[in-house]
Amino acid sequence: MRRGRLGDRLLHGYTWLVIAWLSSPIAVMILFGFNDTPSKSNTSWHGFTLKWYAQLFAIPDLTDALWNSVLIALVSTAITVVIGTMLGLALGRHRFRGQGTTNFLVFAAISTPELVMGASLLSLFVSANLPRDRITITIAHVLFSLSFVTVTVRARVVTLDPSLEEAAKDLGAGPWATFRQVTLPSILPGVLAGAMLAFALSIDDYVVTSFVNGSTLTFPLWIVGSVKTGIPPQVNVMGTLIFGIGVLIAIANAVAARRRAHT
Amino acid sequence: MRRLTPYLLALPSWMWLAIFLVVPLAAMASVSLQTGNVIDGFVMTFSFSNYGDAISAYGTQFARSLLYGGLATAAMLVIGYPVAYWIAFKGGSRKSMYLFLLLLPFFVSFVLRTISWGFLLSDDGILFGTLKGWGLLPPDFHVLATAFAVVAGLTYNWLPFMILPIYVSLERVDPRVVEAAQDLYATRSAAFRKVVLPLSLPGVFAGVLMTFVPATADPINAQVLGGTGNTMIGNIIQTEYLVNNDYPTASALSFTLMAVLLVGIFIYARVLGTENVLEAAAR
Amino acid sequence: MPGPYTPALIRGMTQPRTRRDAFRIAGLSAAGLALAACGVQGQKVAPPKADAVADFWSKQKKNGQVIFANWPEYMPEDKGPLEKFKAETGISYEYKEVINENAEFFGKADPVLRAGQSLGYDIIVMTNGIQLQHMIELGYVVTLDQSKLPNFLANAGEKYKQRSYDPGNVHTIPYTSGVTGIAYNTKYVKDDITSIAALFDPKYKGRVGMMADAQEIANFGMIALGIDPEKSTEADWQKAGAKLKAQREDGIVRKYYDQNYIDAVSKGDIWVTMAWSGDVFQRQLAGEPVKFVVPDEGGTIWTDNLMIPKGAANPVDAMMLMDYLYKPEVAAELDEYIQFVTPVPAVQDLLRKKADSATGEDKQALLDMIDSPLMFPTEADYAKLRTYTPLTTAQEQVFNPIFQSITQA
Repeated sequence: MRRGRLGDRLLHGYTWLVIAWLSSPIAVMILFGFNDTPSKSNTSWHGFTLKWYAQLFAIPDLTDALWNSVLIALVSTAITVVIGTMLGLALGRHRFRGQGTTNFLVFAAISTPELVMGASLLSLFVSANLPRDRITITIAHVLFSLSFVTVTVRARVVTLDPSLEEAAKDLGAGPWATFRQVTLPSILPGVLAGAMLAFALSIDDYVVTSFVNGSTLTFPLWIVGSVKTGIPPQVNVMGTLIFGIGVLIAIANAVAARRRAHT
Repeated sequence: MRRLTPYLLALPSWMWLAIFLVVPLAAMASVSLQTGNVIDGFVMTFSFSNYGDAISAYGTQFARSLLYGGLATAAMLVIGYPVAYWIAFKGGSRKSMYLFLLLLPFFVSFVLRTISWGFLLSDDGILFGTLKGWGLLPPDFHVLATAFAVVAGLTYNWLPFMILPIYVSLERVDPRVVEAAQDLYATRSAAFRKVVLPLSLPGVFAGVLMTFVPATADPINAQVLGGTGNTMIGNIIQTEYLVNNDYPTASALSFTLMAVLLVGIFIYARVLGTENVLEAAAR
Repeated sequence: MPGPYTPALIRGMTQPRTRRDAFRIAGLSAAGLALAACGVQGQKVAPPKADAVADFWSKQKKNGQVIFANWPEYMPEDKGPLEKFKAETGISYEYKEVINENAEFFGKADPVLRAGQSLGYDIIVMTNGIQLQHMIELGYVVTLDQSKLPNFLANAGEKYKQRSYDPGNVHTIPYTSGVTGIAYNTKYVKDDITSIAALFDPKYKGRVGMMADAQEIANFGMIALGIDPEKSTEADWQKAGAKLKAQREDGIVRKYYDQNYIDAVSKGDIWVTMAWSGDVFQRQLAGEPVKFVVPDEGGTIWTDNLMIPKGAANPVDAMMLMDYLYKPEVAAELDEYIQFVTPVPAVQDLLRKKADSATGEDKQALLDMIDSPLMFPTEADYAKLRTYTPLTTAQEQVFNPIFQSITQA
């Protein structure tokens, strides 16, 4: 076990190293949010300024786009987590007719090229005469995140021992109580992981959204469009805020978890 | 009631997939057999040769995509497994914090990440420029516009999608079981092989499914990080669809890609030792 | 399989239907309209007759509102020109920055317009090129009423009234332009580059950037061979293709770029590259060591164009706004923000006057703009500028593969 502790420490450091690697472009993004650039291009360093923070909401369309993205990500994640978890449970725990087909569809949803998914969804919405707006974007986001949540939850469900639930039922718990008090807590890590994946997929999606958005803009859409003339530093600042809020949530979560662990 | 449960659980997703995925896939199937052009319209001619033509024209890009996707997936597994392992067994009360931090960079637009990578990795930039200044790298050394950059980019972009599912199945394993196994098998590696690894296989399967498939189909990394001769099939589908408006070829390519990926996952599942890919997926 | 897609079918979707109908509709959406369900026949339209156009316009009236879809950062943040338009005409506006890319925009507009539905915009902006040509050929663009364009006719530069992709300004008028030429990094390239031959020079092996777009790269291949792209034939394309292929196989090209060539050249990843003038101008303002030239053999000019999509609800208001943007003072305000090439030559003088009365940084910024050939090309520059090859759909199917097989191998 001595060797084990050294190994654990190494792995601990390694985990932080991977986090640092994944975050390294974010550091550059944050830096250039403070760049006092004299032109529209924001790629070479011209000295420190806070003016982009002061003018954060100076571009109304960009601000709207950001709120749209956050709203759509939250709603689509909520829907996806509920129905994806249900499907993950069904596939991981039960045997039923159509299981093979369902598995195939889950696979197909991941493997359909985004462009084709976006274009054919647009055709579908057009022929149903459905106006393209935040609702159609949300529908599309649920579609492409669904499989990721399902697969993640299923990976958890199949490791569980069904006898616990049987025991709960034997003790007279109804299906809902069994689910809430036994099943849900035991699959919760899978559900949370799925939720995070769904949120990340939604808030960063470009291709599918660009087909089904109508005249609604999201954050990635606005940014891609602005590449033609130069991405304004406000975009970096908004990215920084998203990241900063995320870090705060992570810290708060860790602190809360520690408190819970101590009480 | 018990017998109905799985159907009720699956119902909302079925409806979603039936309306928003099956209909478009049927569309794609139909389009892939048509001929024509965007101005004069497309007509169903059951032109199965669209498939043959597409595959023979773009066989190189197909093979290249599978290679890049496969290499990136292997890299993700090697890099990601230890992270998932450590968080699952030693993350303690901070488990969710670590997972969240791994994913957080992906909440910010890929355009910004991409531009930042260009900044960090440019030939004479802060990283390689410095190393070249110290004489540690030859002046012509570059990473951008190479196959390595594309594979590294794919690895970067999908790594959390490998780590999270592995974590999810490992987290279920009781650390005491591992300790007991270590006592039993005497070495850590034997304990790992005999106890931890088998328990994590569903997570590994999920992780590979969620990374290999999208990484192989991805157009963005090749476009941004690659050079000449790194074009992937995702780029071709994009060009055929958006630039050439050759919808039948784009659809035929997409279906072929899906079929190839399905076969890839099937082979992988066989290697894992299961009879049927769909069963494997359901494990 | 179903016949042509009609509004009646759309109406039918809201009414009870048999299973077979449902299947038909699924099949349709399947075929994806744009993707043309079986039997959707040619959409190509003959040019509308003059009296039909007059008839159309005689039925339209001013509605007091206009919806303008444009690219991001193509309008000052305070929407100055639009606000003034509103104050002067009483027409209220909605402005949407929803266009990111021509191919993508066409891909998205095609199914909607093909189904006979409205995009929901009265004005859109697209670059000259294949997609714009498709829009016009498919009858997706309203024929303009020339009598409603007094400012355009009075103030647009001659070059902008005679565009080969839309002779007679029947469907479009320019919004802003740019030049495709050569950019190079002066830190790495000590010679003055003047010739397009630099892009093919083994001296810069592995340090040359070319554009991935088939038309852009074809233009430069042809110009390098002394061929005018506008008048080129299939044999010329083959020759250009061979030259570009050799350039690739000799390892001269580092990469075929979309947008990010400008980062690469200003950082020195590439030393010489095909480039758009507007990008280079921004980098020069930022003090980066990049220089732009229109090669002696020629460069190309591209134009983003204003047009009214079929089914627009407010075409009269749209035309009023399009023409309003040609008032010199309005064009000046736009150009000062966009910093591309304006189609209104008088803007240069207006900005000069403004610079005279300005001070400090503002003055310097204005002077930088006025003096830049990237915003105001000289006559000599204009004389060297060529336009894209106009392609029919049949030609496109020959043209695209020649060049895509080079950029996407």
